Amino acid sequence: MKTKVRNIGKVSVLDLTGKITIGEGDVILREEVNKLLETDRKSILLNLDNVTYMDSAGIGELVACFKRSAEAGARLKLLNPSGRVSDLLSLTRLQQVFEIFSDEKEALVSF
Amino acid sequence: MRTNTSAREIRVQIDSRFEFLDLVQQMAEDVCRVEGFRRDAMLNVALAVREAVVNAIKHGNRQQEGKRVEVVFRLSPRKLVVAVRDQGAGFDPGTLGDPLDPRNIFRANGRGIFFMKSFVDDVVFQRLGRGGMEVRMEKRVGKGRSGRHSTGGARVREGGEVG
Repeated sequence: MKTKVRNIGKVSVLDLTGKITIGEGDVILREEVNKLLETDRKSILLNLDNVTYMDSAGIGELVACFKRSAEAGARLKLLNPSGRVSDLLSLTRLQQVFEIFSDEKEALVSF
Repeated sequence: MRTNTSAREIRVQIDSRFEFLDLVQQMAEDVCRVEGFRRDAMLNVALAVREAVVNAIKHGNRQQEGKRVEVVFRLSPRKLVVAVRDQGAGFDPGTLGDPLDPRNIFRANGRGIFFMKSFVDDVVFQRLGRGGMEVRMEKRVGKGRSGRHSTGGARVREGGEVG
C-alpha cells in the first residue's frame, strides 16, 4: 500500500492506495497514523477512495487507529470507502462508529 | 499443488507465511469462477478462505514457517467445500466474542471468523486426530449462482476429533 499525507489547515488527509491486509497495508496504516499522532496532528482524515481491498486485519487496524486517535485526543474520520470496503464496514456495523464522508470538502469542514 | 480432476479436488500446501495469502485467495476466486459463482459470491468465498488461512497461520501454526497449511477445494454439483488444515496446537473459536456486540466493537481483532460465518453457508471447526485444526467451509452452489445473496447464515459447529 502507498500513502501520501496532505496537510490542509489543521486537517491531515492521509491518502491510501492499494490493499489494507494482514502483514502489509495494516502495518503501514498503523505507522502512518502513529506518525501523525506523534507530531500532534489532531484531525486525521483517512482517504479510502483508492483502497481496493481490505480483510479483517485491515478493518481491525482501522478500529485500532480510531481508538489510538481518541486516546491521543485526536479525531479520525473516513473519506470515500468504496464498494467492497464499504460493504465490510457495514457488515461489521462500523459505519455506526466512524464518521464517514463522500465529499472531501464536507469532511474537512466537519473537524 | 496436486490436482485430481476425477475427484474434482484441488489440494495445495503452503508454508505458514502471510505472503502466500494472495495466492490462495486468487485460487479460491478461480475455483468459484470455474464453478459459475456470481462475482459477489466469488469474492465472499475467497475472503472466507483467506481468513481461514490467516487463522491457520496465526492462531494454529503460530507463524512457525516450518508448519504447513493445507487447503483443499472439493467441488461437487451442489456445493463447494473448502477445508483449511493447520499443524498447530489448535485454538478455541468459541472464546471469541461477537464482534457486533457493542462491548467488542472497538476490538482490533476477532472479525476473521465472523467474516467466514458471514460469507459461506456452513463453518465447522474440528480438531484433527493427528494434531492441528481443520476449518471446513461449505458454500452451496445454488445460492452462489442464483440471484440470492447470502450473508450471516452460517452455522458454526465445533466438531469432535477427526482422523
